Amino acid sequence: MTGSLAATLVRPAMALTTLPAVGAQHAAWLLLAFPAFGAIVLLLGGKRTNAWGHLLGVAMALGAFVVGVLAFVQMLGYPASQRSRDLHLYSWIPVAHFQVSIGLLLDPLSICFVLLITGVGSLIHIYAIGYMSHDPERRRFFGYLNLFITAMLLLVLSDNYVGLYAGWEGVGLASYLLIGFWQYKPSAAVAAKKAFIANRVGDVGLSLAIMAMFATFGSVSFTGVFGAVGGASHGVTTAIGLLLLLGATGKSAQLPLQSWLLDAMEGPTPVSALIHAATMVTAGVYLIVRSAPIFNLAPDARLAVAIVGAVTLLFGAIIGCAKDDIKKALAGSTMSQIGYMMLAAGLGPIGYALAIAHLLAHGFFKAGLFLGAGSIKHSMNDEVDMRRFGGLATVMKITFVTFGFAYLAIIGIPPFSGFFTKDPIIDAAYSRGGVSGALLGTAALLGAGITAFYMTRIMLMTFTGKRRWEDAAHPHEVGPVMTSPMIILAIGSLGAGGFLMISNRLINFLAPVVGTPPLSHGFFTPLSFLSLALVVVGGALAWAMYGRREVPVTAPHGNPITVAARKDLYGDAFNESVLMRPGQWLARLSVFFDNRGVDGLVNTLAATLGGTSGRMRKVQTGFVRSYALSMLVGAVLLIGALLLVRL
Amino acid sequence: MSPAHYIALAVILFVIGGVGVLVRRNALVVFMCVELMLNAVNLAFIAFARMHGALDGQVIAFFVMVVAAAEVVVGLAILTSIFRTRRSASVDDANLLKY
Amino acid sequence: MSHQIVLAASAVTNSGGEAVAFWFLAVVSVAAALGMILTRRAVHCAVLLAIVMLSLAATYAMQGAPFLAFVQVIVYTGAVLMLFLFVMMIVGVSAADSIIETIRGQRLWAALAGIAMLVLLILVVGHAAVGSAPPAGPQNGAQNVTGLARLIFTTYVFPFEVTSALLITAALGAMVLAHRERTSPRPTQRLLARRRVASGRPTPLPGPGTYARHNAVDMPALLPDGTPSELSVSEVLSGGGAAGIRPAARAMLGGQAQAVQTQAVQTQAVQEAPLDADQPDSGSQEDER
Repeated sequence: MTGSLAATLVRPAMALTTLPAVGAQHAAWLLLAFPAFGAIVLLLGGKRTNAWGHLLGVAMALGAFVVGVLAFVQMLGYPASQRSRDLHLYSWIPVAHFQVSIGLLLDPLSICFVLLITGVGSLIHIYAIGYMSHDPERRRFFGYLNLFITAMLLLVLSDNYVGLYAGWEGVGLASYLLIGFWQYKPSAAVAAKKAFIANRVGDVGLSLAIMAMFATFGSVSFTGVFGAVGGASHGVTTAIGLLLLLGATGKSAQLPLQSWLLDAMEGPTPVSALIHAATMVTAGVYLIVRSAPIFNLAPDARLAVAIVGAVTLLFGAIIGCAKDDIKKALAGSTMSQIGYMMLAAGLGPIGYALAIAHLLAHGFFKAGLFLGAGSIKHSMNDEVDMRRFGGLATVMKITFVTFGFAYLAIIGIPPFSGFFTKDPIIDAAYSRGGVSGALLGTAALLGAGITAFYMTRIMLMTFTGKRRWEDAAHPHEVGPVMTSPMIILAIGSLGAGGFLMISNRLINFLAPVVGTPPLSHGFFTPLSFLSLALVVVGGALAWAMYGRREVPVTAPHGNPITVAARKDLYGDAFNESVLMRPGQWLARLSVFFDNRGVDGLVNTLAATLGGTSGRMRKVQTGFVRSYALSMLVGAVLLIGALLLVRL
Repeated sequence: MSPAHYIALAVILFVIGGVGVLVRRNALVVFMCVELMLNAVNLAFIAFARMHGALDGQVIAFFVMVVAAAEVVVGLAILTSIFRTRRSASVDDANLLKY
Repeated sequence: MSHQIVLAASAVTNSGGEAVAFWFLAVVSVAAALGMILTRRAVHCAVLLAIVMLSLAATYAMQGAPFLAFVQVIVYTGAVLMLFLFVMMIVGVSAADSIIETIRGQRLWAALAGIAMLVLLILVVGHAAVGSAPPAGPQNGAQNVTGLARLIFTTYVFPFEVTSALLITAALGAMVLAHRERTSPRPTQRLLARRRVASGRPTPLPGPGTYARHNAVDMPALLPDGTPSELSVSEVLSGGGAAGIRPAARAMLGGQAQAVQTQAVQTQAVQEAPLDADQPDSGSQEDER
């Protein structure tokens, strides 16, 4: 596509003066306090809080949402250049040159996330009341959910990288606790451990980046780093950018740290919806967009980000095509969609706001998809194999409609959200120009087609066709506690994209922070028609395979790509052979060296000593004549020595 | 004859006595070899006395004799008491202080 | 007498005769010393030591130390060496060492160390400024003694006192060490007589056979049938136990001694049994003689 390069002038981010927070925003600390309070009470209170625990959890989430809305409204009242406000809470590490404080930065970027997290989070909290109603540990679940909300808000609101890192670790912990919520299931425990370890690898990258920032700039706060980044050498900036990318890939399940996301579906569905669809996995995108000033000066790192995004985009899509577990298929979809966001973020200033827009829209429709899957699972006796679904449209009407809205949004059919947020990304990719632009854009375009394929496959296998249910299954529509959030999210899936993108609303809102220029042309461009065409092709292909023909209950063997996709495109096998086994061998080698080498050294020393003394004690024969002989020999030696000296 | 000759003689007797102490097993013979060594030393002292022209060496030799006599007395008393209990006069038989 | 020896010694000293005397005495003493360490029997060892001591005494006299020469002979040879012989009597006259060396390498290393010591000391002597001797002044006996006495009681009076204390201590120590506690009451005359009567032999043992041709105390007496009597020879002289008569005597008297061997042993055993078992004490046999 001939990008309108000339017109897409990069609007430089206005030098934001960060003013102190006043008024209602002064109470922004409640954003952290409410869910933290809920978590503490529910987790420390124990069984006593079982009766009303879930209600407290929901209340805390809603309370945070209210505070977020108030802060947002107040922010809208400010002129664009004064929307960045800082609220200093506590001086955490006041060491001579390393000053770290817990402070909240309320600016357009963070407020978007706050609204997403608290809004979608509250809806999922309400949904979880119904979903987990049969679970005796429901109170603990809500405690963990509140803990997650606290950590995620700290992540997006912190005004320095160390606070962000604290929130980063917190969401990792919450993810571990929630994936392994049913810890008596070995598969859940293993999945939780896997998620944590993969995240940890990424965290190394983030912590190294923070250390490099401190070493180079002498500060870790946003203002400090972004103010001084211009003076750093190109190599250092690129290095920091790549390390940040490593951290982001861990949290957002991008290549090469993507293996944990599909296993994370072991957790309860609300967890999958909230953490592994809407919020936590988007933290990586937040990190990259927030560090825009660094990436703006490191084009190589940016290119790496875009390539990672594009590759993961296709990777996740291909995996999603072959999964029969509905949640795993949706997880593959999440991986792919975040690839879109990464791709957009890697395009530089022209893409930052597009990434955020897609992120917000994705929060709605992906959460809606997961909640729908949860309701299906709930009513089908925890069955998740789509080959045992079929014909659910007539039985679960509300679920079908909400799921359908989200489906249309994700494949990008106008006027649903996806159309408005995905196509600008493809356009921006092409407008980058050169070989890289063409490749990235083509990848994104293909991804759209494959997305349509696998999403249509899911729809067809689940809701249409012959009923392939198990004998004991009596699917029914779920209660209002669960359907209300789904309905709200469906409305979001319908309108969010348009709301955000039409008349560049979000782009203008975020412009002071990220500097994205407004879209130069409308939404109905030749490129968008091409992508729509691909979507139709993908959907038709899916209909041909799954709609027209009968879906076999047992999965057929499939072609090599299907087999590979079922094995997550050999991601686990790769990790095992490249990382795990060498690690094991290293550990065994260390043990061997410790036993033989270190212990051997010590034992040899002791044995030598013991052996020597054992031999030397034989000198004490008890015979007086031997002792006399040694005396004589000694005397001879002495005289000889004296003689030598005197000579 | 220069005193060197006498001293050489004393040295030879001394070494013979020393080797005798090491080689002989009978306690009495060992004792007697010790006496031989003492005698050799006496000879050396007297030779030195002659060399210096003073009588100090002779006085020392005199005292050596006295001490040797005392030593022999006590040593033989010990020997007899050991012999009474152990019925053996071999120095090799008293070898309990060993490894 | 002493005067003469001293004059003779000084005469020897003043003339070239000293060298002759020295070489003679040196050879004798070294030979005797070598013999001392090489001989098997302890008694020979003692006799050879006596020879060494006497030759050394002569050497002292030659070197102008007549007093010490006499002291050497009287005290050292006469008293100390005799003490050795007494103890040898108790321990066993014919006690002989075996040739075999029990400690491995002892002889080799002793020889090596001895040779090394010899060489080193000779070197030391050679390097020392020995110098030539003044012709060992014609110190006649009186001058020597006076001079020695002056030294002992003035310069060396403290060591003198200390050595005297040492001598007293040694004497007391010897008494303590050699003292034997009686484990049973001393047998009275009456008890001894009772024992003798109770044993099979109330009469005293036969005395040794002393004839015209032999007047040794270790010659056995002859029994009526011509065989030598074991009982007539003291245990101490014959080497103790069932060794009996010494082989030379036995050979002289013919081979009938074998027959009485067993009888003699049994009789001896019966005689010894009732006595205290602390030691086959030949002292009690001596009492009965």
